[in-house]
Amino acid sequence: MVRVHVSYYALLREQRGVSAEEVETSASNARQLYDELRERHRFTLPGERLRLAVNGEFADWSVTLEDGQRLALIPPVAGG
Amino acid sequence: MDFRISSEPLDPAGLKARLADPRAGACVVFEGWVRQNNEGREVSALEYEAYPELAEKEGRRILEEAKQRFSLLGASAVHRTGKLGLGDLAVWVGVAAAHRDAAFEACRYIIDETKARVPIWKKEHYLEGESQWINCATRSGSENPPR
Repeated sequence: MVRVHVSYYALLREQRGVSAEEVETSASNARQLYDELRERHRFTLPGERLRLAVNGEFADWSVTLEDGQRLALIPPVAGG
Repeated sequence: MDFRISSEPLDPAGLKARLADPRAGACVVFEGWVRQNNEGREVSALEYEAYPELAEKEGRRILEEAKQRFSLLGASAVHRTGKLGLGDLAVWVGVAAAHRDAAFEACRYIIDETKARVPIWKKEHYLEGESQWINCATRSGSENPPR
């Protein structure tokens, strides 16, 4: 099990009800973790529509999870 | 070269003054304003949310790319967060260059890339009372399921 910090924005934040939380998981990569969270919290957005950031930088979904990582789940952006 | 996220109203005159450069012969500014309708629906207000740490980092990369491509002398951009009303200034982009062609193209590049890449989200509130996060609708499950 690893313990990571997960941040939610926009639609995901509303559907989760919090903007960030500590998550303990047995998922081995970020993709698996999102699938787990999506099922648990009934997120409507499929993983393919999200981007991921790890420790403040864009990252690949195959990234291996490690204790203390800061993950941010990034819904489709809409600035401007 | 500065890209910022701001929860406070923007000051276009102050932002433009910082681009001043004796080598510049052109300054192009883009202001994005809150519009009263979108895709046929009457908008009453907008709400912007950002992931500031990464938004500012990605935004600065865009400014740096524009500087390289269009030989800019200066560029900056600021994007609002929080609740905005009709007509409010949501995003400001300004560039300075020796000549106008580079300035026009660079300003366009910066706003287009910002909309496509920077982690900022927009929620539209409609006159009839509903609201939705733009670009987040899904076919399998409605973003705002009926109650």
